[in-house]
Amino acid sequence: MQQRRTIDQIHTNRVLLNGQLDTPKWWAPTVITLGIIVAIGFFMIGIMVNKGLGVTGLSRPVYWGLFITTFVFWVGISHAGIMISAILRLSQAEWRRPVTRAAELLTVFSLLTALMFPLMHAGRPWRIIYYILPYDFARGIMPNVRSPLIWDPVAISTYLTGSTLFLYIALLPDLGNLRDRTTGWQNALYTILSLGWRGNPRQWKLQTVGGILLSALMLPIFVSVHSIVSWDFAVTPAVEGWHSTIFAPYFVIGAVHSGVSAVVTMMALMRWLWKWEDFIRPEHFDALARLLIVVATGWLAFTFLELIFAVYGLDAPELALRELQIFQWPWNILFITFVITGYIIPVGMWLQKSVRNNIALMFWSSLFVNIGMWLERFLIIVPGLARRTPFVYTWESYRPSGLEWFILFWSLAWVTFLMLLFSRFFPLVPLFEQKESETFSDSIKIGRVKVPAIVREAD
Amino acid sequence: MSKSVLGLYSDPNQAADAMDALKGAGFPLGTFDVLTGTPYPEGAFGEHVPQHRLFRFPAFGAIIGFTLAIFLTAATQIAYPLVTGGKPILSLFAMLVILYEMSMLSAVISTVVGIVIESRLPNVNPGVYDNRITEGLIGVVITTDDDKSDTAIDALNAAGAMEIKQA
Repeated sequence: MQQRRTIDQIHTNRVLLNGQLDTPKWWAPTVITLGIIVAIGFFMIGIMVNKGLGVTGLSRPVYWGLFITTFVFWVGISHAGIMISAILRLSQAEWRRPVTRAAELLTVFSLLTALMFPLMHAGRPWRIIYYILPYDFARGIMPNVRSPLIWDPVAISTYLTGSTLFLYIALLPDLGNLRDRTTGWQNALYTILSLGWRGNPRQWKLQTVGGILLSALMLPIFVSVHSIVSWDFAVTPAVEGWHSTIFAPYFVIGAVHSGVSAVVTMMALMRWLWKWEDFIRPEHFDALARLLIVVATGWLAFTFLELIFAVYGLDAPELALRELQIFQWPWNILFITFVITGYIIPVGMWLQKSVRNNIALMFWSSLFVNIGMWLERFLIIVPGLARRTPFVYTWESYRPSGLEWFILFWSLAWVTFLMLLFSRFFPLVPLFEQKESETFSDSIKIGRVKVPAIVREAD
Repeated sequence: MSKSVLGLYSDPNQAADAMDALKGAGFPLGTFDVLTGTPYPEGAFGEHVPQHRLFRFPAFGAIIGFTLAIFLTAATQIAYPLVTGGKPILSLFAMLVILYEMSMLSAVISTVVGIVIESRLPNVNPGVYDNRITEGLIGVVITTDDDKSDTAIDALNAAGAMEIKQA
């Protein structure tokens, strides 16, 4: 906590509510541009629903491609919220304060986006209802609860519902703040949403205890979600590259790696766009980079463990798959790019303090991670299916169509669009947490220097 | 007829003095409260430490969720008896994931309900309030009978209130 300066509550309100009370000039053109991309994307999805999955590059044996890769990618990004918010809240890490809301928000919107990909991938999205919801009593057809394809929507719906409620509960004090700063219809909206929040000791106590309790409940859900996503693959014995016992922890740590990196990307953008230099400081990036070095190294260990366990048995189909995945064109180039962008470049950068405190470099390094992590999922899914196996009578390679690429690009625009819309009505940094930090901050004299300090209330 | 009186303070020490003054004037605990825009350490104003029963909610929710999940997973497997690899129709291991997720979902929902209920929200009649509380001022609010409101105002003023509001 070396870089903080004392900020009064009026200034905190003015700066952190600038998105809601005084919309920045860049906001409307950006949202309109993104809105156009989003509308075109929905039109493309409409075309796909109308024409069928023939407009994609999917064909036997590669029946899972860009959509499922992007689904896993967005579920991974969604792990940012709980990793940052819950773990740091439980451990009372002081630097969590400006980060938690944005991380929770990223969880909600990326999960929402992730859910759309299996729907699109189904070709006829409305038919998914037949295998998810137990409603078809007339024909006696019920969901197969033994299938990971049922576990998955159940887990993701649980995580999405929990994260949304978690986000809302933590928003209550700030909604009360917005109610106090607005007039007209906005005041009416915030009055309803804040539920009559006043800020008495009972409400603050419940906010604190409830936040910790929800964090503790969300953590096991967070671990279960990506484990279950990994079981979509891992319980399939027919695909050598997928049938692995370490997929669950491997996917979870990979998700944390990509999710926390996405938070770094978002924090840099928030600092630049809303000019929150006083609140999102280099020390926060430094702390996140240190965390990411540990997470990334753990993830790399799992990546190689997965590879070692696969080849250790010298099983011919497994060896053939790994040869395809690592040494054959075009997968070899993708594999090298994945290792370089997912680990070597970013971790190499983060090891230097000058990089950890440089916002622009942190921004670019976090983008590298997510390019690498997307490629990782692509390399798990596609070569696993593309390997030539006995008794396959049709043979097609997989080349994603332009429409699939556009929908991938659309998903990035869609999440950004939702984040910006949210930022117009709700604060991206929790004001009450920021103010609490000011209340508990002090400085202590050690020898001849005065050091900023944070006082913590005993539990 | 009861009346709400709010005293506003810029200094936490003055707000704590106001709470003491109200206690000293004979107002019972629970009739007055302190309002802040940020959490303060428990007991910072000498206020009554709030008790809650939040921890019961997730336990209750998890039991409800688990029971529903047992019913849902068992009923769907019995309703559509698909034999897979000669395994039993009611496969407990495969049900575990859904049992777990539904228990957790129900626990989270009931915790959120618990936070709202225990926070005494929604509060449709919030009473006397000042918007500057979310700008750093501290409010000490008391609800009392009309005839005792002057005593309350005197106590709040004695602690150095910068402004008194009544409703």
